[in-house]
Amino acid sequence: MSDADKILPLEAWHRGRGARMVEFAGYQMPIQYEGILAEHKWTRESAGLFDVSHMGQLIVAGGDAQRGLEALLPADLAILKDSRPKYSLLLNEEGGIIDDLMVTRRGEHFYLVVNGATKDGDIAHLEARLPRGVVLDHMKEQALLALQGPRAVDALARLAPGVAALTFMTADGFEIGGARAWISRSGYTGEDGFEISIPAAAAEAVADLLLEQPEVKPIGLGARDSLRLEAGLPLYGHDLDTATTPVEADLTFALSKRRRGEGGYPGWERIVKELADGPIRKRVGLAVEGRQPVREGAMVVDGEGNEVGKVTSGGFSPSLEAPIAMAYVPLASAVPGARVSLASRGKIFTGTVTAMPFVPHRYHRKGGPQ
Amino acid sequence: MSVYYTRDHEWVRVEGDGATVGITDFAQGQLGDVVFVEVPEAGRSVTKGGEAAVVESVKAASDVYSPVAGTVTEGNQAVVDEPSLVNTDPEGEGWFFKLTLSDDQDLNELMNAEQYKTYCESV
Repeated sequence: MSDADKILPLEAWHRGRGARMVEFAGYQMPIQYEGILAEHKWTRESAGLFDVSHMGQLIVAGGDAQRGLEALLPADLAILKDSRPKYSLLLNEEGGIIDDLMVTRRGEHFYLVVNGATKDGDIAHLEARLPRGVVLDHMKEQALLALQGPRAVDALARLAPGVAALTFMTADGFEIGGARAWISRSGYTGEDGFEISIPAAAAEAVADLLLEQPEVKPIGLGARDSLRLEAGLPLYGHDLDTATTPVEADLTFALSKRRRGEGGYPGWERIVKELADGPIRKRVGLAVEGRQPVREGAMVVDGEGNEVGKVTSGGFSPSLEAPIAMAYVPLASAVPGARVSLASRGKIFTGTVTAMPFVPHRYHRKGGPQ
Repeated sequence: MSVYYTRDHEWVRVEGDGATVGITDFAQGQLGDVVFVEVPEAGRSVTKGGEAAVVESVKAASDVYSPVAGTVTEGNQAVVDEPSLVNTDPEGEGWFFKLTLSDDQDLNELMNAEQYKTYCESV
C-alpha cells in the first residue's frame, strides 16, 4: 500500500481546525479538539461531528453474495430487509471474533462497514472465502462521517431533507451539499445520530456544511472512546478479539435465531455449546470505587491474588463523573451487583458489576417517543 | 526564590530549604483533562527522580517524579478534591506537594525557565 493511500480525505481539514493528531489504524487522525471532556459533553447535549473515514466500506455483490456472507457471519441475511443496517461478526473456526461490522442489504448488493485497523485482514479473509462470482469492492474513495447527539437530527435535516423520517437502524440515499450520500440512523455513542457515507471528494465541503450548523462541533477519537464506553459498546482489538466468542462478549443478540439452530458459520459448534452451558468468562460493565480510573490491561483477581479475568476498557466517565470499565470475569461473577477485585498500578480496586449501558441509550426507535 | 524544571515536565520552586513541586503547563496540555490526582502524605521521603505522585487524565495515567530529594511536608488536598486545577493553574494553585530539601546539590542538573522553554520546543 502506498503512503498516499494512508492519508484520509479530512486530514488537512482536521489540522486546519486545530485538532491534535495521533496515529490510529495507520492514519493520522484527530484525538481531540478543545478537550475530551468538553467534546464528550457537547455530543451528549447537542451534536458532535466525527470523522470515521478510516473504517472500511465494502460492497459484496453477485448472485451468491447472501449465501457467501452467511457462511462467514451468524446473521440471518435471508430475512434482512433492504436498507436496515444489522450488527454482525466475522468469526473464525473457533468462534473467535475476527471483526465486528455493520451489514446492510442495498438492493442487489450488501454494504459492509468494518473497523479501520482490521479492514485489510477482513478483505483478505472475505476474498479467500466468498464464492466464485461474488465481487468484493473496497470503496477507498468513500469517506464516512458520524453526526451524533440529541440535536444531530435538527442540524442534518436542514442539509439533507428527509433524514428525520429515518428511525434507529434504518438507512437511505440522500443528497447533501450536492453530493450523493448514504445515511443511516445509527452510531457508536449511545445517542441518536447518523452515519453519513459520501464520496471522498465531497468530504471537506460536507464537513464544512455540517460544522456551519450551530448545533455542531468537531469531536476527536478521545471522546468517541469515552462515549462508546459509557454506552457499553465494545471496541474491537480491546474488548473483542480472535480469542473471544460472541457468547463470552455478551453479543448473543448478533446470533440470529434461525442460524443458532442451523449453524453453517465458523465456530457454530462452540457457540451452541456456550449458549447451552454458559461460557467460562463473560464481558461485563464495572463501576469502580473511588475516583481513580482502572484501565485496559488491569487484572481481575481472586482473594489470593490470582488472575481470573482482565479489564479490556476502562476510563473516567464524564457523564457519571466516576471511573467505569469493561472486563471479562468468571461467569459466577457476571451478575449485576457482584463485586470483583482489580489489580492496577500496584493497588487493589473494587469494581461492582453493573448492567450496561452505563448511560442510557437515547436512540430514535420506531414507535418510540418522538 | 528560584524555579527549576525537569525533562519529565515537573517544576520545583525553591525557597530556602523548602520547595514546592508540580507539573508544567506544557505537561497539563499534553495530558488533557485531568480527572484524578494522588499526592504524597506529609512525612514521606521522596528521592530525586523517584515516584512521588500520580496524575490521570481522561486518556492516560502518568507518574509524577520528584525533581529533588527530601521529606514531604504537605500534599495539596485541593488538587485531590478538584483535579481540574492542574489544567487551569498548573504552576500555581495546581501544585502537588511541598517538601523540605535533603540535599541542595539536587538542583544542579535541573533546567531554568529559559532552558526548559527551549527543551519543550525541541520535543
